[in-house]
Amino acid sequence: MIAETHSMPFTDRAEPATQRAAAVWRVLADVMDPEIPVLSVVDLGIVRFVRWDAQDQLHIGLTPTYTGCPATEVIQGSVRRALTRAGYADAHIDTVLSPPWTSDWLSREGRRKLAAYGIAPPAEPVSSPRRLFGEPVVACPKCGSDATHKVSDFGSTPCKAHYRCTACLEPFDYFKCF
Amino acid sequence: MTPSAHIRYVLRLADTSLVLGQRLGEWVGHAPALEEDLGLANLSLDLIGQARLLLTYAAELEGRGRNEDDFAMSRDQSDYLNLALVEQLNGDFGRTIVRQFLLDAFQMELYEALQHSKDARLAEIAARASKETRYHLRYSSSWLVRLGDGTEESHRRVQEALDDLWRFTREFFAADEVDEEMARAGIAPSLSELEPRWSARVDEVLNEATLKRPANIRYKWHGKRGEHTEHLGYLLAQMQFLHRAYPGASW
Repeated sequence: MIAETHSMPFTDRAEPATQRAAAVWRVLADVMDPEIPVLSVVDLGIVRFVRWDAQDQLHIGLTPTYTGCPATEVIQGSVRRALTRAGYADAHIDTVLSPPWTSDWLSREGRRKLAAYGIAPPAEPVSSPRRLFGEPVVACPKCGSDATHKVSDFGSTPCKAHYRCTACLEPFDYFKCF
Repeated sequence: MTPSAHIRYVLRLADTSLVLGQRLGEWVGHAPALEEDLGLANLSLDLIGQARLLLTYAAELEGRGRNEDDFAMSRDQSDYLNLALVEQLNGDFGRTIVRQFLLDAFQMELYEALQHSKDARLAEIAARASKETRYHLRYSSSWLVRLGDGTEESHRRVQEALDDLWRFTREFFAADEVDEEMARAGIAPSLSELEPRWSARVDEVLNEATLKRPANIRYKWHGKRGEHTEHLGYLLAQMQFLHRAYPGASW
């Protein structure tokens, strides 16, 4: 089996081992998240593998961000359509739960794109499991100031919290550390 | 035919999340502020997402061709195995927060322990769910502190809710033959081990919130055995209406 696994949080994907895996990764790099249309599924870090099984059947491993995220099914549909268009109509999409996705899986490129889009990227690696209180410093994606405060732990989608900058007074979304 | 202890155990986890998710959904459009409307809806989404994974697994264990929707929409009240706490009415925002906090603190310990389950599928679902639960607990704890250590009225209301809902927490730790069989098989943690950890966490937050921990009293609810309070039937009637009136409906 030729495996191409994307499993290194906080680092960008290594060069795929084979040409044909690279071609599939390129197709996936154009499949955008429906809620944050500047991020591809690869930027999000939810593609866990691209590989062919013993019968030469293509498998794509996708992991959900949040168990109840309504975008999960939309994303599966978008991946399916993109693969079909690119000539991989018989690809299998496998749901992978383990290890669970965290915001550490966002690629560096993804973080940069988020900030440019006006969403503050996660401020720090996901911290100790026992930590309950205490807030990270979140820089305003508009003016760069650290003088921001959290309006709500929850935002317009499951992956975001709602913040406001006290320097430029703009409200903004924060992609939460999770 | 009575389902196996394994299936019943998975259904207890699933139904607890599903029923609480449905209850929280009742707040949409009614919460005291837009942020809390979003917050409670987000909690609800996570819980329903967890329930879907667990119900799908229960259906696979059963192996009779049923799916998550059959389990959610076609079972009667006595086949629902959720903890009785989660079917209790929302009441005011403070009561909803108290209910949420008591359950979040329990699910937190439960899902952390379940990550070491010998059932690999459950361990995987627990790993996913525990990250979400940690966020829920953070939300419910911080609100409990704000309300408990808030005004005289907010303090009174959450203390009353706590006094009233506390009795349902006894069921969390009352192990029956299903819990015992699962613990022996290494599938579930022993509930007596979870209790002191839950208790310590609850005390820590109650203390910060200047709330008084109620005394334990004998429990007489067995939601996880299908014996429910009067509230579950109404909730299911609303949740299952469409599916029952128009079987197989899709859009």
